Amino acid sequence: MATLSPSYQLQPARVRAEFIRLMPIALFVVAFGAAFGLAAVQAGLTPAQALLMSTTVFAGASQFAALDMWGSTVALVPLMAVVFAINSRHLLMGASLYPMLKELPATQRYGILLVLTDANWAVAAQDYQNGQRNLEVILGGGLVLWLAWLLGTAVGVYFGGLLQQPEALGLDMVLGCFLLAMALGGKKSPRVLVAWGVSAAAAMVAYRWLPPHTHVVVGALAGGVVGYFWLEQKPA
Amino acid sequence: MSIETSTLGTLVLIAVMTGVTLLTRYGGVFLMSFVRISPRIESFINAMASSVLIAIIVPMAYEGDLGARVALLATAGVILVTRKPLPAIAAGLAAAAACRYLIPGA
Repeated sequence: MATLSPSYQLQPARVRAEFIRLMPIALFVVAFGAAFGLAAVQAGLTPAQALLMSTTVFAGASQFAALDMWGSTVALVPLMAVVFAINSRHLLMGASLYPMLKELPATQRYGILLVLTDANWAVAAQDYQNGQRNLEVILGGGLVLWLAWLLGTAVGVYFGGLLQQPEALGLDMVLGCFLLAMALGGKKSPRVLVAWGVSAAAAMVAYRWLPPHTHVVVGALAGGVVGYFWLEQKPA
Repeated sequence: MSIETSTLGTLVLIAVMTGVTLLTRYGGVFLMSFVRISPRIESFINAMASSVLIAIIVPMAYEGDLGARVALLATAGVILVTRKPLPAIAAGLAAAAACRYLIPGA
């Protein structure tokens, strides 16, 4: 197998631009971080422990789920299973970036994946569908989201939640609306629409009848199978 | 096996969570490095990529309240018309807030 020499150069100016581009969504991440910080302290973590968890884990949904399991002792294997199931979407998100990531030197490739999360991945995936290679958003956007998550956690552990009822302002829907906007802003061919239908159906089946937290991976793989058997016509 | 949430125990638990999460961030890319990217695999990846979003959103709409569903509908409407994400998200939040204010408990 021929090894391609790395040909993707991360451009610092674009990394900075992507950092700024994701700042609006990062502001909302601060609010979620504050909610996590407050919940973590209430679950018995010290401020330092909550901050450490946000710093190194940086995966909100799984951190909240861990708090649900927190007590005077925590069962190790169930904790690992829940964290893995919730975050297993990263496996697919990373794999989907592989055609671009393989052009990066390995250190950079695995370096920028440290801050891979839903929002910056969604932007990169949408740009890729539209024919643009954008790994800068993984790094720049990831950094601003990570900083926002830390800042929010700090606010939450020291000052409590920012808002009494964030859902009264619709803030619980920020990520959902953002991801939907990314999905619908991308290319919509009949093939993509069929993949979405299959994905939605499979995700719902998994949500109802399979173990908790498996629906994202099941739905995404089902949508991928549509792509496997139905190839896009290449423009000649 | 259970771990006590002492100072040391909590550090161990956080380290384990970090390791598992890192495995998910790295695993997909690492495994892909052993796969030859044929057009079929590329097509699988591309269909899977946008399906991830749908698989997150559809159950969210299903389990959510009326406000959540209205928010997603509003976002969908605005993005399809304007193709601009920020107005679409703003419309979604406003729709959720308005719905929850007007129809409490829906």
